[in-house]
Amino acid sequence: MAERLFHAEPAEALRIVPLDDFTLVFHRPSGLTHLVTAPAPEILAILAGGPRTRDALLQRLAEAYDLADPSPEALDARLAELVAAGLVRAA
Amino acid sequence: MRHVFQVRIGPVGFRVGSDWRAPVARLEDLYAAYPRPEDGIPDFTVRLFAARPWRRWLRPSVTLGGDFVLPEAAPLPLSQGLLAAEMAMNLQMALGQRRYLLLHASTVERDGRALLMTGLSGAGKSTLAALLAARGWRLMGDEFALVDPETGRVHAFPRLVSLKNGAIPIVRAALPDARFGPLIAGTPKGDIRHLVPDAAAIARMDQPAEPALILFPRFGFAPARRPLGPSEVFVRLTQASTNYVALGERGFDALTRLVREVPARAIDYPDAEAAIAEVEALWAGL
Repeated sequence: MAERLFHAEPAEALRIVPLDDFTLVFHRPSGLTHLVTAPAPEILAILAGGPRTRDALLQRLAEAYDLADPSPEALDARLAELVAAGLVRAA
Repeated sequence: MRHVFQVRIGPVGFRVGSDWRAPVARLEDLYAAYPRPEDGIPDFTVRLFAARPWRRWLRPSVTLGGDFVLPEAAPLPLSQGLLAAEMAMNLQMALGQRRYLLLHASTVERDGRALLMTGLSGAGKSTLAALLAARGWRLMGDEFALVDPETGRVHAFPRLVSLKNGAIPIVRAALPDARFGPLIAGTPKGDIRHLVPDAAAIARMDQPAEPALILFPRFGFAPARRPLGPSEVFVRLTQASTNYVALGERGFDALTRLVREVPARAIDYPDAEAAIAEVEALWAGL
């Protein structure tokens, strides 16, 4: 079975505004406002460049953001939250 | 509706219709200095009608109505007809306003810059606004701040200031020459008395102001002040807004701009005097 790919919503569907430790994400199709914190904005930024598998995403996060302890389980949990919020699709 | 009253408060025109003369007469008296809606066309219609046809004569009570209706809006005794009219006007604004982002906040202005005060009921925002007006600030409103999504500026909505319980004697002492409505005792929020905004507040109600400071006051605590980050202010103001969700992306733009550009503080205060001193000190330090 092929590994699942995670897709960001199309760029025009999101308004992303960093504030402080939190970042606001306005989701145009639903009209919902999300308040997210690291690593969610970083995940959205990477997926905006194209769909990735969990492992490819983890590798890119570790390279780009100097993660002290890259944990696949933690990333799974964050991805599940983003999928539940409608900001990321898994296919 | 047998009796009709029309008024413009800031950019919003109202038409209040009532089955009774008394609330309309009271509104005409207290809003005597205000203009009528532009072109005679109101933005909102408010109706005060009999809960039952026969109740106009027997134990009269007033039921709120309008273009937008909350089913749980409870009938109020006719002696509270003025309060019912004010509540109905607020309700229409809260439910139906689409042009401005509505924040449940009192607003005063000095030198073209606005101070917004928001918080839970009982935080003292109406009292503080009235006391600051007594010190020469322009009262822009005690209930709603209207944020224009296009410009980021705050528009005034200086309706009657609703003072409750202990605030009534404090504000009367600070503004001995001001006009007040009748004491309305025994409302769901206790005793209420309305303060008529002064002539400057009415004459200048079409002048918006740049927001300069957002305060979250809390009455009844030892003096304390705490700066608030933009994300905490954002969350608190979505809770203080009645139409953030309804405005969609325009609301998002207006609110993100506000929290990024305007500093915010939470202040605790034991009495009005301490609060006024704190506000003046914060304002001087901007």
